[in-house]
Amino acid sequence: MENLINIFVKSIFIDNMVFAYFLGMCSYLAVSKTVKTSVGLGLAVIFVLGITVPVNYLIENYLLKEGALAWLSPSFADVDLSFLSFIMFIAVIASMVQLVEMIVEKFAPTLYANLGIFLPLIAVNCAILGGALFMQEREYANIAEATSFALGSGIGWFLAIVGIAAIREKIKYSNVPAPLRGLGITFIITGLMGIAFMSFMGISL
Amino acid sequence: MSEREPLFSPKNIKSLTQPINLNNPITVQVLGICSALAVTVKLEPAVVMSISVLAVLAFANVIISLLRNSIPSRIRIIVQLTIIAMLVILVDQILKAFAYDVSKQLSVFVGLIITNCIIMGRLEAFALGNKPWPAFLDGVGNAAGYGMILIIVAFFREFLGSGTIWGYPVIEKLGLYELGYENNGLMILPPMALVVVGIIIWVQRARNKELIEQN
Repeated sequence: MENLINIFVKSIFIDNMVFAYFLGMCSYLAVSKTVKTSVGLGLAVIFVLGITVPVNYLIENYLLKEGALAWLSPSFADVDLSFLSFIMFIAVIASMVQLVEMIVEKFAPTLYANLGIFLPLIAVNCAILGGALFMQEREYANIAEATSFALGSGIGWFLAIVGIAAIREKIKYSNVPAPLRGLGITFIITGLMGIAFMSFMGISL
Repeated sequence: MSEREPLFSPKNIKSLTQPINLNNPITVQVLGICSALAVTVKLEPAVVMSISVLAVLAFANVIISLLRNSIPSRIRIIVQLTIIAMLVILVDQILKAFAYDVSKQLSVFVGLIITNCIIMGRLEAFALGNKPWPAFLDGVGNAAGYGMILIIVAFFREFLGSGTIWGYPVIEKLGLYELGYENNGLMILPPMALVVVGIIIWVQRARNKELIEQN
């Protein structure tokens, strides 16, 4: 249990998807003009990460890893399909996003209307595939650890996008040098936020 | 079919050179930022990453452009992702075989070329509506624009942060350490990549006034 909380806190603050690994930067920059839309996208990312990482964890450990197929028959014990992982992960993500979209549309029409175009776009958000690939690289011991990593990363991404959206709403009223307006200043602010988030690095969990 | 266009007609040249400056994928189109920043601590991984993206983008553009009339538009995203994933797997396996150290340094970012928005963006915006040869040039041009920013950022971060260029200790050879020069450790940290890109955008927009955003 303690271990799970450690992974959770670590993936929110220390290994923050945006500030430490720059994942999901494209939608982070494109959708952070107002707080409202960024909250919607942030929630959708938490949701999709929380579903796809555990599913990909199962696929990785019961289908792709070296010896993972041993449960099927002992003769498959030395089959290594890990070179297929990219294509499997992206297929799972694309189909999961489609599935989530249909479920949300059916059971929560208001949420669906609020998320709008962002749900399908999540399929190509690098934070999601990044979550799956980091899960593979860090070799979490069980599915609970992988899930807590996924939720933590999602919340970390949520915090980052809501934070930058709030700053961008306020910065409209300040006198930024003309060539730096828009994209340039957003980059520099993200850099400064990243430095602030680095203060969590000293914490050892 | 209309008469054949020359291989390097002005339009083709434009699709090759435009992305390098005025329509740069990173600083103007805002595509492919994710991987651009994480691999720029040293020059070597940045160059390897640029070459990988160049290979994937050029060939994905050509393949999609060849298939453009037979892909049903409803399932085109999946088709595109499958083709990109196939090319990325090839690049990844080649890197693992011939440049294992660099492949370890790039870690997940080779895989993330799949979701690199440059590739999806160019496939959607260009390859789906153009012939293979212009699509190839567009891919090369965009990847070159991407690689250029990557290499500039990596150059400054490696030079100011570690005092080396491509692993060669320039500052030490110049003897600046004895005069009291210190490496700027901040440049190695991830957030500085963002600030360096911000400054590149600043310089580029100050030189090309039409790129300035109004708000």
